[in-house]
Amino acid sequence: MSAPWFTSLVTVILLVVLLAAGGGAYEGFLSGQVMLNLLIDNAHLLVIAVGMGYVILAGGIDLSVGSVLALTTMIAAWLLNAGWNPLAVIAIVLAFGAVFGAFQGALIHYFQLQPFIVTLAGMFLARGLCYLISIESITIEDPLFVAASQTQIPFIGGFISPSAAIALAVLAVAIWASRRTAFGRGVYAIGGNEQSALMMGLDVARTKIGVYAFSGFCAALGGVLFAFYMLSGYGQHAQGTELDAIAAVVIGGTLLTGGYGYVAGALSGVLVLGTIQTLIAFDGTLSSWWTKIVIGGLLFLFCVVQRLLSARSQQS
Amino acid sequence: MAPPAPAPGPSGASGPSTPPAATKAAPARASLLSHSLAKPILALAALLVLDIIFIPGFLSLEIKDGHLYGPLIDILNRAAPLMLAALGMTLVIATRGIDISVGAVVALSGTVAAMLIGGTMVINNGQPEYVANTPMPLALAAALGIAILCGAWNGVLVAGLKLQPIVATLILMVAGRGLAQLFTDGQIVTVYYEPFFFLGSGYLLGLPFSLWVVAAVLLVVGLLLKKTALGLFIQSVGINPVAARLAGIRTATLIFFTYVFCSTCAGMAGLMISSNIKSADANNAGLLLELDAILAVTLGGTSLAGGKFSLVGSMIGALIIQTLTWTIYSLGVPPEVNMVVKAIVVFIVCLSQSTGFQKLWKGRK
Repeated sequence: MSAPWFTSLVTVILLVVLLAAGGGAYEGFLSGQVMLNLLIDNAHLLVIAVGMGYVILAGGIDLSVGSVLALTTMIAAWLLNAGWNPLAVIAIVLAFGAVFGAFQGALIHYFQLQPFIVTLAGMFLARGLCYLISIESITIEDPLFVAASQTQIPFIGGFISPSAAIALAVLAVAIWASRRTAFGRGVYAIGGNEQSALMMGLDVARTKIGVYAFSGFCAALGGVLFAFYMLSGYGQHAQGTELDAIAAVVIGGTLLTGGYGYVAGALSGVLVLGTIQTLIAFDGTLSSWWTKIVIGGLLFLFCVVQRLLSARSQQS
Repeated sequence: MAPPAPAPGPSGASGPSTPPAATKAAPARASLLSHSLAKPILALAALLVLDIIFIPGFLSLEIKDGHLYGPLIDILNRAAPLMLAALGMTLVIATRGIDISVGAVVALSGTVAAMLIGGTMVINNGQPEYVANTPMPLALAAALGIAILCGAWNGVLVAGLKLQPIVATLILMVAGRGLAQLFTDGQIVTVYYEPFFFLGSGYLLGLPFSLWVVAAVLLVVGLLLKKTALGLFIQSVGINPVAARLAGIRTATLIFFTYVFCSTCAGMAGLMISSNIKSADANNAGLLLELDAILAVTLGGTSLAGGKFSLVGSMIGALIIQTLTWTIYSLGVPPEVNMVVKAIVVFIVCLSQSTGFQKLWKGRK
């Protein structure tokens, strides 16, 4: 009962129930393109949730991702307007995100600071830096970014955006790395018990800093995808995305105490959140703030289920 | 840094014979500097000195209509909601917890109060006058009741279900604002009823009324913690919850009530804020207030690892944040810089608390 696949199964069943309810209530809800739009609209969230999944598996938390996303859209828009090559801009913001994350990871590891408080400061820092660049929203008119926002890639009976394709690729690589590489196993080991991981001779420092660097990288990549989506850089972009990402990871079946769950859960978590939003949009009479209430309710449900399951496994 | 302690033994053995003045003064100064409130007070003092130098008329106080006005009063007045939130957060953090739903509770209580009071115009003796939709005491009680319910919800999740505090309060943080928006239909609710404004912008005996509220809460809680065993209990729960439970302390009940207290404080802060801006905005009221409150508590020398806490320290921490904000605004620096400055302050405070950093620092010397 308490195997990681059980909670993941619950999420998948929940997703199926939500989709079936939507299909039953609204005509055209289950059409292929509506499903693919879930991916297109939430590509940036998926990438961020993948990074957050790694951090949470390693027993940490990263509150800075939403702000780093906003900051990368800002830096990208700023550099593009200054006439930089778009590929160079993307490389720079990705490297920036990874370095930002690694910096937080180093503080957390070497000074034994709480991840919560360090990434909280990182959140303030990144948002503040956004406004130092500009208070206004900056439009992006770069041909490559515009092309990326408009291209449609044919995909089983419909199309997806390049952003969605990139997000799926990141997910695939992250799943593979979590199961098949030493780094991935190290993440689970540290999340399970950092002391034992250290005694087993694992390079805890490298893994921990690597996890936060990866999360920062994902946040920056999420920023690039978001810039594709919105074609603008703005300091207020993606307020509260860190909470959505944490919610997606928890709903995806990963334990917040670390060491338990699947990276793939990020996909099911993001799809559940996306489906709720789509349901509310299809209904038309419900207000969008119902999304927040339902997400809160789901978080509660999953936390309690996880709590009960882990209590039972301790007893047996 | 610390001056060498006087050699033990001989001087102690010599009994009442007066030791040289220098050795007597040195430990006194050392203990003064190492007092837990020394750092926050010094930080606040440094900020104030900066203000006195760079902002003309910073210390000026004037009396208008029997009320005190001036930059210092302004800072104190604006800091009141944060001070209240920090008071509640201190006790939660002292038990090794954290409450990130404070902002959502502020939005909820402010919204409930604003909706219930509202204000309808009636013509009384030819004079237009606004009356409350619901009697004000009832409305305030309802708003605080909602806040207490929120606290009880958090408390049950943390103390009863034993969820991690950050996760347990995350639920309300996400859903609370949604609920507040549901109540108001997503609109900003404006209040027209005069007496309600007293809470946030009224004056009592020349000082802002909100300050009296903060002082009263601080006094009551401070006395409760000092004069009863409550403070000791909270401290022992923070240091080692298992040992505290084995020693016979009802840890679950205690933790439950710290969350209820925290939310109640947040509820009062919400009333103050909505009364001050004469409206309730479910989307933006108290946004990121939980983070400022946590920052205030940390600045005041309370350890995030639990067990060691100081209510007065948190008050000083809140004042540091508000003075910093005020200074940044009045120096003409773009207010956006505020967040960067706050972030750097958090980094510095965290590093100064970390044993790893202290070792590194001492190793260098």
